[in-house]
Amino acid sequence: MNPVNYLYLSALLFTIGATGVLLRRNAIVVFMCVELMLNACNLAFVVFSRMHGNLDGQIIAFFTMVVAAAEVVVGLAIIVSLFRARHSASVDDASLMKL
Amino acid sequence: MSATAQLAAYTTSTGEAFQFWVLGTVAVIGALCTVLMRKAVHSALCLAGTMIVLAVFYLANGAYFLGVVQIVVYTGAIMMLFLFVVMLVGVTAADSLKETIQGQRWLALLCGLGFGVLLFAGIGNASLTQFAGTGRANANGNVQGLAALIFTKYVFAFEITGALLITAAVGAMVLTHRERTERAKTQRELAEQRVREGKHLPPLPAPGVYARHNAVDIPGLLPDGTPSELTVSRTLRERGQVRDVSAEALGDLKALEQRAEERLDRTRIEPPHPRRTEEASK
Repeated sequence: MNPVNYLYLSALLFTIGATGVLLRRNAIVVFMCVELMLNACNLAFVVFSRMHGNLDGQIIAFFTMVVAAAEVVVGLAIIVSLFRARHSASVDDASLMKL
Repeated sequence: MSATAQLAAYTTSTGEAFQFWVLGTVAVIGALCTVLMRKAVHSALCLAGTMIVLAVFYLANGAYFLGVVQIVVYTGAIMMLFLFVVMLVGVTAADSLKETIQGQRWLALLCGLGFGVLLFAGIGNASLTQFAGTGRANANGNVQGLAALIFTKYVFAFEITGALLITAAVGAMVLTHRERTERAKTQRELAEQRVREGKHLPPLPAPGVYARHNAVDIPGLLPDGTPSELTVSRTLRERGQVRDVSAEALGDLKALEQRAEERLDRTRIEPPHPRRTEEASK
């Protein structure tokens, strides 16, 4: 098997995540799809690290993980406060800025 | 000879190929379930499964530290945070499947498909033939190699990451902390308010107690036989977990009455016997 298949898998997972972000309207599920996309990117970075034979790709994946952790904390806090304000986690209901 | 060496450089072992095809299928199914499952809890569990599979792939690609971190941080911390928030929010967060924008679903699928084709074409056309492998980079140990890079080449990014984490922690606290703007009402004030409103003075009625059912999710019956909403906790009502056994209870009651009637009929039929004996004695 050619290790390029890992890249194809990563692209497939990223596509599924992106489609999920467009399809779903529950804010939590949308957020989970974003996490899936980040994970797919991480897989690609790790495979690139193997391809080039150095550890820089793994370092980038490590930083992606740290940023994802920070993002999850803030994003979930926003979802919780949004839910408190309007008793719904649907992204359709958050339309205060609409004309 | 150089051809075989080059071939060995970019083909994996049969074991890894087998692992890739089996676990890759699991990962894709998990990702699809994350998108397609209706309840957020099921989505979260499917995503956790996909992340564990990805951790195995990291290990297979020589990223030992990242594989462990993936399991500890992603499936251990982040997914549990997700489940925690689903628990906080999920009571009324049923996802409606009604389309609010006409044709949005098909457009989204089309966009996803186009994007996927673009990505696959890009990877297919890239000249990815040389795989050096991480053997030499991991020679002194994966963790040691990563640490050397983090504290030399990427030390600035590492320090900025620290600032980012502190900011995120403070931000989460600011966002979820709610300042109480008014004094909490005392019990006396609440009682007076109830009297003033005159809606429901006494405590709420208890849930139904039946011969065969006795739990908090079973509503009590009003005199006319309809279940009373007031007797069940609001959380259970919103989750749709109210177990209505009123029809069953009324059916039981009817069956009991019928049986009692039959018994009474039999006792009413029985009297002829004594008369017959009387006639016989005559």
